[in-house]
Amino acid sequence: MSYFSNGAWWWPYLFILVAGFAATDVWRILGVYLGGKLSEDSDLLVLVRTMATALVAAVIGNLIVFPGGALAHTSLALRIAAVALGFVAYLASGKRMVVGIATAELLLLAGLYLNF
Amino acid sequence: MSTPDATAPRSTWFLRGVGAAFSLPGLILISSFIGFAALAKDAGVTVTQAAFMTATVWALPSMVVLVGAVTSGAALPAAMLAVTLSAIRLMPMVMVLVPEMRTRTTRQYVLYLLAHFVAVTSWVLAMERLKRVPPSMRTTYYAGLGAMLVMTNVVVVTVVYAVADALPSAVSAALLMLTPMYFLTSLWGSARERVGHVAMVLGLVLGPFFHILLPRIDLLAAGLIGGTAAYGWHLWRRKARAA
Repeated sequence: MSYFSNGAWWWPYLFILVAGFAATDVWRILGVYLGGKLSEDSDLLVLVRTMATALVAAVIGNLIVFPGGALAHTSLALRIAAVALGFVAYLASGKRMVVGIATAELLLLAGLYLNF
Repeated sequence: MSTPDATAPRSTWFLRGVGAAFSLPGLILISSFIGFAALAKDAGVTVTQAAFMTATVWALPSMVVLVGAVTSGAALPAAMLAVTLSAIRLMPMVMVLVPEMRTRTTRQYVLYLLAHFVAVTSWVLAMERLKRVPPSMRTTYYAGLGAMLVMTNVVVVTVVYAVADALPSAVSAALLMLTPMYFLTSLWGSARERVGHVAMVLGLVLGPFFHILLPRIDLLAAGLIGGTAAYGWHLWRRKARAA
């Protein structure tokens, strides 16, 4: 039942439609349906938002600690240092995403160049 | 943009929506789709599957969670649950956007169709610019903006697949770094309450922890446990304040 478990050409597309499209658009449809009926600050929505945030943060953590491809050949210390300093730059610049992303990328490339 | 002229034809407003896709948030989105394409290719997803995913799912957190589930070998129900959980944030966003676009004559199905375009970037742009669009032209404007963003990024994903193999490994590593940095900063910035930041820190730590402990359901476990713990902290703090 995993993405690569079935050799049929259509299986990955079905997987994307069910686990990706349906799982995502159900909330967009509910949003239109409920538009204006539900308070945005209700306790249930707060819980739901914290779960969604923790889940996406878990993905970020995994991408940094257990990356794939070319990033897997870099050291964990370099990745964490680049991300942490990039994040500090983001906060210090008044939450400008461009500054944070560019700082992390430059540090990563500099670290690779210096063979860290 | 000039002052809103209600006399301009519908096609003009559509094209103005298209034009709004070419802006700083639009460029940042393109860079994060470059990162996504590198990630998906690395996970073994083909170029057609990645383009299909971009058009049908159209929400980077969902897509990155989906690719994460593909990589960890998750079964379809576990992958679906993880994506469902990660996409919940779209509901309140749509709920806020719909009243901005709806007029008395707007047909409901138009809103359902346009809701598919709702993701962080198009939402931010729409909330900022719809005010300057005549109410009767807002759905048209948003259709132009949303369609252009989707089409551009489908092309971006396809191009990255085509050139990825020719890139030096340092550049590939840098591309794979784009996604975590984009989410780290955009998620932190979009958290409206302190509890969002607590949930984020918990998830960052619990993700790798459960990746070792429960590899097949690592994202779900981190989301449910980290999210509940953050919510518990929120309730406890509210109580402590009230007391």
